Amino acid sequence: MGLSDYKTEVHNDWCPGCSDFGIVNALQMALAEMQIPRHKSAIFSGIGCSGKTSHFINVYGVHTLHGRVLTFAQGAKLVNPDMTIIAVGGDGDGLGIGVGHFVAAGRRNLDITYLIFNNGVYGLTKGQASPTLRLGEKTKSLPSPNTNYSVNPIGLAIASGFTFVARAYAYDVRHLKDIIVAAVKHKGLSFVDVLQPCPTYNDINTRDWYAGMDQMDEVTRKPKPRIYKLDDINYDPVVHYDEEAEINEKMTQALIKSLEWDTKIPVGIFYKNEIISPYDRRIQDKIPNYLENSPAAQVISEKGKAITDLSKILDSLSV
Amino acid sequence: MTTDISWLVGGPQGSGVDSGANIFSRTCAALGYNIFGKREFYSNIKGEHSYFIVRISDKTIRSNKNDVTVMVAFDAETIFRHYSEVIKGGAIIYDSDIAAAKLDEVHTIDAPFKARLLPYLASKNKKPTVQDVLELAQENGVKLCPISFREILSKMADETNNPRLRGMIRMYNVLGVSFSLGLLKMPTKTMLESIDAIFAKKQAVADLNKKAATYAYNYASAKFGDFSLSLKETSKKPDTILIQGYYGTALGKMACGCRFQPYYPITPASDESVFLESNETFEVQNNRPGSTLVVQTEDEISAIGMTIGGALTGTRAATCTSGPGFSLMAEALGWAGRNEVPIVVTNYQRSGPSTGLPTRHGQDDLLFAIHAGHGEFPRIVYASGDVEESFYDTARCFNYAEIYQLPVIHMMDKFLASSVITCNRFDSSKIAINRGKLLEKIDGEYKRFELTDDNISPRSRLGLENGIFWNTGDESDEYGHITEDPEMRLKMMDKRNSKLDYALKTIPQEEQAVSFGMAETCVVSWGSPKGPILDALEMLRQENIKIGFVQIKLLHPFPADYVKSLLKDAKVLVDIEANQTGQLGQLLKQNLERGPDHYILKYTGRAMTSTEIYESLKKIIEKKAQKRMVLTHGA
Repeated sequence: MGLSDYKTEVHNDWCPGCSDFGIVNALQMALAEMQIPRHKSAIFSGIGCSGKTSHFINVYGVHTLHGRVLTFAQGAKLVNPDMTIIAVGGDGDGLGIGVGHFVAAGRRNLDITYLIFNNGVYGLTKGQASPTLRLGEKTKSLPSPNTNYSVNPIGLAIASGFTFVARAYAYDVRHLKDIIVAAVKHKGLSFVDVLQPCPTYNDINTRDWYAGMDQMDEVTRKPKPRIYKLDDINYDPVVHYDEEAEINEKMTQALIKSLEWDTKIPVGIFYKNEIISPYDRRIQDKIPNYLENSPAAQVISEKGKAITDLSKILDSLSV
Repeated sequence: MTTDISWLVGGPQGSGVDSGANIFSRTCAALGYNIFGKREFYSNIKGEHSYFIVRISDKTIRSNKNDVTVMVAFDAETIFRHYSEVIKGGAIIYDSDIAAAKLDEVHTIDAPFKARLLPYLASKNKKPTVQDVLELAQENGVKLCPISFREILSKMADETNNPRLRGMIRMYNVLGVSFSLGLLKMPTKTMLESIDAIFAKKQAVADLNKKAATYAYNYASAKFGDFSLSLKETSKKPDTILIQGYYGTALGKMACGCRFQPYYPITPASDESVFLESNETFEVQNNRPGSTLVVQTEDEISAIGMTIGGALTGTRAATCTSGPGFSLMAEALGWAGRNEVPIVVTNYQRSGPSTGLPTRHGQDDLLFAIHAGHGEFPRIVYASGDVEESFYDTARCFNYAEIYQLPVIHMMDKFLASSVITCNRFDSSKIAINRGKLLEKIDGEYKRFELTDDNISPRSRLGLENGIFWNTGDESDEYGHITEDPEMRLKMMDKRNSKLDYALKTIPQEEQAVSFGMAETCVVSWGSPKGPILDALEMLRQENIKIGFVQIKLLHPFPADYVKSLLKDAKVLVDIEANQTGQLGQLLKQNLERGPDHYILKYTGRAMTSTEIYESLKKIIEKKAQKRMVLTHGA
């Protein structure tokens, strides 16, 4: 399977220069790199510009409801654990209207991947403030500066129980692809906060801003890019053993890193914990043959007749 | 002579009213009697008044009556609230330690009830005390059976040399039951067997309870041997089961292959999900053991979202909820309709609006179920009339969902959920499974929303090779990709919505509506009033009054032609339902060019009794009835 096998011919109507193109490319590249059979994979998406992503990728695509993408995606994974499931959505979708599902999904730790296209604005409704826009900032179509404090997606994911938490930058497609591959391969719920400049409505967190064009080095006269990679600073995100001190240390360092913003913005894997059991293992504790005979695999009828044996229960109810 | 006894047990929530009723029901059922029981309780964990009323008869019964024959009161509140329901010749067994209690001292009795009781007692020259209220009952011909529960436990503790028994308040329930059985001079064998069955996993507890039961039985039969009524062994029908109301849909789901149920806790619906989870693994003929994956979600939006996600994999999936939760599901319901996803939403209605009467009965949500969600999309709304049929109806609902590829809302309610009944053992071999156009294999090009002659497209599922499709809440083309093309929009809207006509043509008529006989005056109803109506009609037949009855099960799409044909000879139509506005009546007006001539409605939150339907119908026959009659029985 080549990269082109993962592309559809659907016309893409995102704005010219939109960084969402980079995310779709990275997703297609990641699927191709992992050679996931097309029918074994599904992209679930929310509502907004990011919601259209599923139509551009040639695997099963489920464009759901505003804020609800994780509920649909988890339902599919629970019933058919053989599928590789990636959920995508905007920051308003996942951290505004859908934030309850974000937290609940963290507690479950199903083996799926969730990407948030984080651009600080509600693009498709013409640029209102999203939950990640900083307090007091006024993007160009806001009538007045933002009155809400911003949510910290990385911090919220860690606090909610996501076991793989990363950030990437939409214009660095190759790095984003690597992060997606690592996220999909992670056993458990993975979250990628994708910084994704909206060229039309966010005139603050622009491509130039991320590149540091506004913060020139006084000596070299070159811009000091805000984005830097955790890989480059000797940062170890992995929880190596099941001890409180180890977990606390890894969580805390990730939280502290997630607070960096104004002049330096880290990307890469913030936190990774494969010690916490994924949800399918918790189900197996109750239903031993869950993975071999998942709900999707079960035979429920023979020649149109019911074959579930209720006799034990009915015997216990007999008088 | 037929036996027809109603037994009421009441006490504070958490005092063992339920388990007492369970032992009593099982004991009577084991003797061969038919049981119809109903639980009433406050939205409260401990302390508020709850009661259980169990009707026992050797003939077929499908409802409760107004009358109570024997009442067991664990507390003063039960006496104040229910003393007037006990009939002449009946008995009240009560804890004599509460006889001195005054109305004022019962904090859980609310002001409106006191405001009604006080002037009534004053008019009878009675003081608001348990003692005076009991006198009033006695004057009405009720036998009083005072027993000090505390003293009995002490005596038992001494005689059996088991001091632990003293003060064991949690034994009150088994005492109350055994006093009743002693009073009714019932054979003790089934009582002891029932206790064994109920405490099967705790032999020591069973033994202790059996000792207490035997002691209490002997005490009551000796002390109140002159009571005129008795329960003898009766002929036992084979293959009878004793079940809680919500077992019907739960076992129906297991039988017909529903393998995924996400849900959010809500009264009275979550008992069904908990039952499914308690029985999550089971045997499957000629196959590996099967399982139902039950997942408790963060809210009802997530519950329906997960249900849809699960159904997209080709698995039969459902959720179960009540009004407030169903309200939250409205948006996703439209998505399922738009994307032709077969899901079943079991809706155990309760009294609304808003939180309403959270633990009480109502049929308020018929029109909401038909209209929930924005935009125009097809769905089926199907209602069961009793617990036994709900087992088979559940399987029908899944077949409809898959054949027509749409959401099905299965209407149940609190009355059905919290009743306890005997019925014929459920027979899975009668359940047919029709998966519609679900594909097992795909070769060549595939279009999920292909325009076909019958407007139903072959259905792929997530994970099937060559079956890739797209879904969207937007309008889509045949592949499932977004379109805003006006012609495609027309085709897709017509494709989806025409499925309702197709459903009406292809769902067998006997599944759409059921006629229980026709007469000049005919009752039309849906859902749980079926039982009380049939019992009321039986009472009227004893007086040579014949009334017809049509139960409508398929509420949407509405089988207008068929219902019209069933009702063509009816001169007077009577709509009976448990809501304030007569919602079925509105549907009839819309679809039949005629509306009900009379409405019998109940919206106190309490289930209808056959007595009150009988009385209302009789008024109609005697031409003394108003157009709209409101039923009020029940505490």
